[in-house]
Amino acid sequence: MKALAAIGRAFLALLEGIGRLALFAALAISHILRPPFYPRVLLRQMVDIGYYSLPVVALTTLFSGMVLALQSHTGFARFSAEGAVAGVVSLAITRELAPVLAGLMVAGRVGASMAAELGTMRVTEQIDALSTLSTDPMKYLVAPRLLAGFTMLPLLVLVGDVIGIFGGYIVGIYKLDFAPAAYIDQTWRFVEIHDVTTGLVKAAAFGFLVSLMGCYHGYRSQGGAQGVGRAATDAVVSSAILILVFNYIITELFFAK
Amino acid sequence: MNNPDEPKLRIRGLCKAFGAKSVLRGVDLDARAGESVVIIGGSGTGKSVTIKCVLGLVEPDSGSILVDGIESVGLRGAAREAVTARMGMLFQGGALFDSLSVWENVAFGLVAAGQKSRREAKPVALDTLARVGLGPEVGELMPAELSGGMQKRVALARVIAANPDIVFFDEPTTGLDPIMADVINDLIVQCVRELGATALSITHDMVSARKIADRIAMLHDGQIVWSGPVSEVDRCDNAYVDQFIHARASGPIRMAVRR
Repeated sequence: MKALAAIGRAFLALLEGIGRLALFAALAISHILRPPFYPRVLLRQMVDIGYYSLPVVALTTLFSGMVLALQSHTGFARFSAEGAVAGVVSLAITRELAPVLAGLMVAGRVGASMAAELGTMRVTEQIDALSTLSTDPMKYLVAPRLLAGFTMLPLLVLVGDVIGIFGGYIVGIYKLDFAPAAYIDQTWRFVEIHDVTTGLVKAAAFGFLVSLMGCYHGYRSQGGAQGVGRAATDAVVSSAILILVFNYIITELFFAK
Repeated sequence: MNNPDEPKLRIRGLCKAFGAKSVLRGVDLDARAGESVVIIGGSGTGKSVTIKCVLGLVEPDSGSILVDGIESVGLRGAAREAVTARMGMLFQGGALFDSLSVWENVAFGLVAAGQKSRREAKPVALDTLARVGLGPEVGELMPAELSGGMQKRVALARVIAANPDIVFFDEPTTGLDPIMADVINDLIVQCVRELGATALSITHDMVSARKIADRIAMLHDGQIVWSGPVSEVDRCDNAYVDQFIHARASGPIRMAVRR
């Protein structure tokens, strides 16, 4: 009976956590939609998430595209189907790799720093101080971060798409001896607008999730430096898992027949 | 509403528990308009929680908090904001926003409440910094570049910039050397007088309490065990107060060594 009780307690705690997160998200979304808005804070977050994540996302997608070209070439060479390399690289990058890898990299970079920043603000009473200065902390701190994550990750992924395909192109041309015109032609013929837009929808969802988990764990952190550290870890781990789960769900929604 | 006999702030039967731990067990406290009340008491007796309940940062389990005769417990949204907008709080660690410069910190309340634009608020912020003895060059620094005493002054400037009716000071001299502590005490007395505000402070620093208080209330185990004018604190026959102000380890107050 004790084992059953323990399982029950863990399950109830899980449900309680999901409920708390859902309430937090709903409240944050309602603050995104209602004035006052804080354009300066929003702009700053957009620059932080969008602009400063560019190098990380660019490097990740560049090398992913390069590896993908090499791997698919060795695979397809067995069936004399080397011509499909360009198509495989572009489809894999736009549909899956750019959104998922950019999401994971931003989760590590931005999610952790959001959780640490908000967590430090919580333990140093800065969040309480906001409340005493006629400012709702959910509106001032959380809403701009969620909106910035939601809007900036698709832009990052769009750049990542181009760079990833370019990575495949470099390997294709200089290593695998494809003709540049033929490679580009293959890419154009394979990629449809639908492939790119589904990737961007995923990116928007992942951006929202990363910011949500960063804010949620940071906002609720307690217990000094250790609590802030735990919040940062929880934010990264939970957003990484959620990105992979939602990647499947969104793929299923768009591509399942 | 503004009956002169009615206290600015009236707390009755305030109770708050965190889980199984009961922190406040029926706190009763009054503060008249323009009066400076200091709550003294050991660590963990519920001093901070009392103030946070008044500010609406912590929801009390039961009890009543009347501000100008209006019940503030349970207020939400715009009604709560209207009450909070008339209050200012100096946090123990200053709680300055470290992503904003000093003048932006001081101007924050004015801009947030929509009283002033950023451009209009800057000269007001610099004036307010001058009132706490800081030059305009400090306004451009970031909080992390300031010493502890300067951070406290900036935090005090942020409190008084919005001209609050009621101000709260959470251990204003903690972590400061005796001279800087005295400077902060003087500034508090001067600023509260200039604002004509009601002040509610918590401290365990008796030097500070004697300096800034009109009236002292002793909180022990979640209840006010004594309250009276500052002049009577040495003559009262309350054993708790006697032990506290003379800093004796033996007496009715038993410090929780292990929690």
